[in-house]
Amino acid sequence: MTRAININDVSVSIEGRRILENISFGVEEAGIACLLGPSGCGKTTLLRCIAGFEKQHQGEVWIKGVRVSNPIHHLPVEQRHIGMVFQDYALFPHLSVADNITFALKNLNTKMFKQRLDELVELLSLQKHINKYPHSLSGGQQQRVALARAMAPRPGVLLLDEPFASLDVELREQIARELRQIIKQDGITTIMVSHNQLEAFAMADVIGVMNEGHLLQWDKAFKLYHEPETSEVADFIGEGVFIPGEVINDKEVKTEIGNIQGVSPHGVAQGKKVTVLIRPDDILHDDDSKMMARVKDKAFRGAEFLYTLELDSGTRLLSLVPSHHNHPVNEPIGIRLEIDHLVVFPRND
Amino acid sequence: MLVTPDSQAISDSSVFKTSSFVFSKWNSALVVLSLLFSIPLAVVLGSIFFPETKVWAHLADTVLTDYIFNSLMLLLGVALFSLLLGVIPAWLVTMYRFPLSRYLEWALLLPMAMPAYIIAYSYTGMLDVAGPLQTSIREISGWQYHDYWFPEVRSLGGAITMLSLVLYPYVYLLARAAFIEQSICVLEVSRTLGCNAVDAFRRVALPLARPAIMVGLSLVVMETLADYGTVQYFGVSTFTTGIFRTWFGLGNSVAAAQLSALLLVFVAAFLYLEKRSRRLARFHHTSSRYSNLLQQQLNKGAGLFALIFCALPMISGFIIPVCFLIDMASDTYSHILNKDFYLLLFNSLSLAFATAILALLIALFMAYSNRNTDSTVNRFLVRFVSMGYAIPGTVIAVGVLIPFAWFDNTLDAFLTEHFNISSGLLISGTIVTLIFAYLTRFLAVSINTVEAALGKIKPVMDEVAKTTGMSSAGIIKRIHMPMMRGSLLTALLLVFVDVLKELPATLILRPFNFNTLAVRTYELANEERLAAAAVPALAIVLAGIIPVIMISNSISHSRAGNDSKK
Repeated sequence: MTRAININDVSVSIEGRRILENISFGVEEAGIACLLGPSGCGKTTLLRCIAGFEKQHQGEVWIKGVRVSNPIHHLPVEQRHIGMVFQDYALFPHLSVADNITFALKNLNTKMFKQRLDELVELLSLQKHINKYPHSLSGGQQQRVALARAMAPRPGVLLLDEPFASLDVELREQIARELRQIIKQDGITTIMVSHNQLEAFAMADVIGVMNEGHLLQWDKAFKLYHEPETSEVADFIGEGVFIPGEVINDKEVKTEIGNIQGVSPHGVAQGKKVTVLIRPDDILHDDDSKMMARVKDKAFRGAEFLYTLELDSGTRLLSLVPSHHNHPVNEPIGIRLEIDHLVVFPRND
Repeated sequence: MLVTPDSQAISDSSVFKTSSFVFSKWNSALVVLSLLFSIPLAVVLGSIFFPETKVWAHLADTVLTDYIFNSLMLLLGVALFSLLLGVIPAWLVTMYRFPLSRYLEWALLLPMAMPAYIIAYSYTGMLDVAGPLQTSIREISGWQYHDYWFPEVRSLGGAITMLSLVLYPYVYLLARAAFIEQSICVLEVSRTLGCNAVDAFRRVALPLARPAIMVGLSLVVMETLADYGTVQYFGVSTFTTGIFRTWFGLGNSVAAAQLSALLLVFVAAFLYLEKRSRRLARFHHTSSRYSNLLQQQLNKGAGLFALIFCALPMISGFIIPVCFLIDMASDTYSHILNKDFYLLLFNSLSLAFATAILALLIALFMAYSNRNTDSTVNRFLVRFVSMGYAIPGTVIAVGVLIPFAWFDNTLDAFLTEHFNISSGLLISGTIVTLIFAYLTRFLAVSINTVEAALGKIKPVMDEVAKTTGMSSAGIIKRIHMPMMRGSLLTALLLVFVDVLKELPATLILRPFNFNTLAVRTYELANEERLAAAAVPALAIVLAGIIPVIMISNSISHSRAGNDSKK
């Protein structure tokens, strides 16, 4: 067992309702994993199951080579040696920052106690705040205290429940990068839960996309975007449209915007009807191109416009275009395909 | 979302507020009312400027050390037992499931309905030498009195037990509210940090609930210091019995007032300690998220232990004395329920109702005068009037009687001298005096309730109504009153029951030949006619159950994390 965490075929039901179904994955030592999915997909339940707040009725949870739970045996939360940061941090309002951080350091002598506190305070840049009380801290500071408190007893695994949900939107990505750096520096294996893919991309080495109690795909961010295994993952990660196509051979698919070349990760039989995923960055704006599409809608995103385009057939496409190409709605513009990753899914009709 | 700010922002959007005290009719009335209700306190405190050295020398030689020692021991004992009986059951019923825990949640409040003097009478009736318990011991064993040891109910220890049994619900109520309010996340995080259930209680839940528990404890302390009926019956000399004795025994009203002032020093000292400890520990909950409390099922052994621990105070504080009272009343009710008793009932109910209505009107007036204003003077006046609740009934009676008698005598002397008419005693010894004393003591109850209700109506609602062209009277009638109806009824009922139960002030101030249920119960018990006292006592307990039901309803609807949380 080289992985720090292993989840084997875990299913959880709460009050007779199936919340999680046959979940399996593993996280390498010192890796950061993210469970990503819309609200209600079961990701928080999975995290609480790893922590020990929920019991599974099937499967096993292993932490650091120890089986902490199966349907019969359930190691209590306090004996699992985990660290957890809750969505709103749940700092102890009656304790100072220093006392919050050292809450779990009971069996250390004074010197080691002080040493660990100093280490964490420095790692998380909390020097100025150690004597303050939680309510006087900003959201980002509270989060760092919660992280320090969770890391203090050197837990085997760190669990983060929507760590950025309570922060201002503008701060999230920056803090996510900082947080990743801190966790990497400490080398602690981490699982976080998020519904926001940008946070997940910024933080995690590996991401598990979840929906309706199922783990759809367990992969690196790049692969989730460019090589989604199911149409649900493709739909959830990034933007894009599906257009119908027909497989010509194993390297080419025929669509109404032309033949697309590439190797599909999931082999599809020749002549089969498929849908093809077209990302906004697959469609380039080219004034010289003969293929025309009409601008139906546009969203300004600073450096780029996201154009919603419509072909004569009524098929819609998305295209990211540098924002100095400012075209009014209903104007036809020239487009060109540039597709590196061919993603097709079988079509049932 | 991150930090819960002190919720002072409610009135911030009001454009009608004034920033300093303004002399208007409205404000002048407020000042006059506040001054009126501060007379008793001022008289008692002012008495220290009229030294009564001889009486004090006598008191110091004889009983003063007893008063102080007994009052302190009583305070300490009751505080300790109330904490034990209040906090632990509150934690158990909030966090765990065990047999009957659902019922105990509210049943633990029942002893609140029992005035301390009535539980004292009941247990004395049961456990005295001539009571059923000792009689059967003697019958079974063949022993004589003095052959065996039996704890003496009428003692300091007995008084501590009686008061603890009926006062612990204050601690229970506030501790439970605090435990329910705590974000479950905070308790969960402590478990991820290696705390077991006991550690989580000791290191997180208890320190967080401490401010609330202190509020409950301060109510217990105030009630303990105010108690007269129990300590008088048990022959324990405390400040309240001392004040009585100094006034009616030594006939020295100034010394009685001075003794009252000394008692107030105790009250003030405790209130100060309580305030300080709360200031040091004013926690802002950092977590605004509440997951539903998942109550943990206790296994059989632990469940049984929890059941016994929670049921014991409730059974001894309510079930046993009520059963005993019912048993005694069933023997006597036929010759108690006569014309005299109905007159007693009528007196008590009309007095309580009149006071409750007046208290509600004054509270409404004060609460409205405080709304839409930032004036610290107004706020101080209202706070000051609310202090009456901390003053024992005995002290208020002394503070009312002295100035009213002075007023009557002065008026009489003036009229006799100039017009040769004697007005006699115009107000002292009348219902007016009595109601005035009740108002001084219980206004706080209605003010707090009405203010809380009015505070929930945000000024923006008034503003919305104004934009629809509604007049001020229309706003009060069509918006405020419907929203506050429940709270106003609560205020009315709370004062009603408090007045019904009040003993020492009624005893001192009631008009000649005017009796209430509480006074009659006291008289009968002191004539050793406990069986006859059972019927009026039961009537008081019955009325006392009303606020208990209201309170338990309101707490079961306010569980944090439930959708009903507003």
